Amino acid sequence: MSATPMIQLKSVQKRYPGADADAVAHLDLTIDEGEIVVLVGPSGCGKTTTLRMINRLAEPTSGSIVVAGRAIDSMPPHELRRTIGYVIQQIGLFPHRSIAQNIATVPALLGWDKHRTDARVIELADLVDIDRSMLARYPSELSGGQRQRVGVARALAADPPVLLMDEPFGAVDPIVRERLQRELLSLQQRLQKTIVLVTHDIDEAILVGDRVAILNTGGILEQYATPAEILTSPANSFVAGFLGSDRGIKRLSLLTIETHMIEDGPVVFHDTPTSEASDVMDRHALDWAIVVAEGRIEGSVSKSGLNGDTIAQSRMEVLDSVIERSATLKDALDVIISTNGRCAAVTEGGRYVGVITTAGISQRISQ
Amino acid sequence: MISVAQGSDQPIIVWDWIGRNLGNILDRTIEHLVLTAIAIVVGTLLSVILTLLALRWRRSYGPITWVTGLLYTIPSLALFTFLVPITGLSVLTAEIGLVSYTLLILVRNMVTGIDEVPQEVVDAAKGMGYTRRGRFWKIEVPLALPVIINGIRLATVTVIGLVTVTSLIGLGGLGFFILRGLQTFSSPIGTTQIFVGTALSIALAVTADLSLVALEKVATPWRPRGTP
Repeated sequence: MSATPMIQLKSVQKRYPGADADAVAHLDLTIDEGEIVVLVGPSGCGKTTTLRMINRLAEPTSGSIVVAGRAIDSMPPHELRRTIGYVIQQIGLFPHRSIAQNIATVPALLGWDKHRTDARVIELADLVDIDRSMLARYPSELSGGQRQRVGVARALAADPPVLLMDEPFGAVDPIVRERLQRELLSLQQRLQKTIVLVTHDIDEAILVGDRVAILNTGGILEQYATPAEILTSPANSFVAGFLGSDRGIKRLSLLTIETHMIEDGPVVFHDTPTSEASDVMDRHALDWAIVVAEGRIEGSVSKSGLNGDTIAQSRMEVLDSVIERSATLKDALDVIISTNGRCAAVTEGGRYVGVITTAGISQRISQ
Repeated sequence: MISVAQGSDQPIIVWDWIGRNLGNILDRTIEHLVLTAIAIVVGTLLSVILTLLALRWRRSYGPITWVTGLLYTIPSLALFTFLVPITGLSVLTAEIGLVSYTLLILVRNMVTGIDEVPQEVVDAAKGMGYTRRGRFWKIEVPLALPVIINGIRLATVTVIGLVTVTSLIGLGGLGFFILRGLQTFSSPIGTTQIFVGTALSIALAVTADLSLVALEKVATPWRPRGTP
């Protein structure tokens, strides 16, 4: 990742009229091109104010902000905002405009011609996985998750280098939220935008942030580092407290399954004799084995289900403890604990590659 | 002449009279509509100006509400009596009265409509890079339309009723028949005239109201149907 600064906050301070304390106290923050920086902290920590100062929805009391090499007060606010994508929690789609018109908001403000705008709208609908047949509809006809995607498409319409996201996934249910978070990450792999995202959810910060800025009440920056650094060495007791007592487990969500962690598992085939299958189970200290056919997992057999001469005659069961190769250790551990408590089969593109065990995971954490 | 109260063999409504006076009834209906239309158009224009003032300088909203509210409370009879020595028995007199009664309803609905535009929509519009003026005309006004049109509906129905009172100064559209009917109340012709004036006035109000509901539907296709 290049280390060219895209957004620089220099001693930025904000005090609202009539307040007797700063909302943001002399904040210095540099955000590099192409990285996702998450501002996280308890309510009243000034994270949203900080974000809104970048596109001048709030004006700093003192200090300066530079975006893409230009001081943000060197141009009228509306011109600045057309170059910065903006996504908010309540999404704020325009209810009286179709999905296509919503997405085309900034292109319309910039005076793009119809041909270019239409092409861009379709490109973005595909990008955020909104069916083209939805484009003529109004926002009230969409689900929460779909609206959120349209909100992101609208923010990206004029291809701004910078994207500001204020609690973008706060209004959707946890399942949709997790999907949208992953979609954001895959989107970012293709787009390489500079993204500043505000959240109060430390798990979200760890999941999506390249770097995380932890803010304390009054807009004091407590730590600004990668999620891994923050989890392994919190700067102070505030950060440690904010991370919570399960920060070891949280670290697991940053780690993925590595090749050396994948072990040979208790595998049997259709033509494996039952006596041999029993030996395989004993060798792995389990009372079940994975049935593999043509490289794929067919299911499992338990010791009590063994019958006849070979596995083909034995009772086959569904294998629940399966995890994709690209999964995080947190997901792997979750699958193991919620199934047999010992190990999970790992698949890559549908093909069985081995097993991962709790012992393997705990070894990785202690490194 | 036998009055209604005395003889029950006399018809309450003389259909012959209606047939003989169709031309006159049509003229008075048109006059009624024209007086209403002028009042609504002028009232709406004035209200737009007052609303822009109130939104631009928030502190003017209090006084604007106070003055238009005061106009609204003046009894219509008293207002016309007061105006006739100044502006005479003219359309101007009638319209000054009628327009006065629309302002409170219209201004209040316009300001409320704009105020009720969801904050997140305004915030998003700002963040997208709308200028203040662009945001107002392209986002806030279209979203306020349902509330604004509601105000126009209410004002229109009110004015259609009030126009009958302007018959006292020689105008009044269908109010003409009501006034004449009252003067000859004891005759079947009188009750017929009251009936015609009242029924058509109500019919006009209902028709105008339904037309405006239809207009609102056409003007706001984006609203989820099934909600009031």
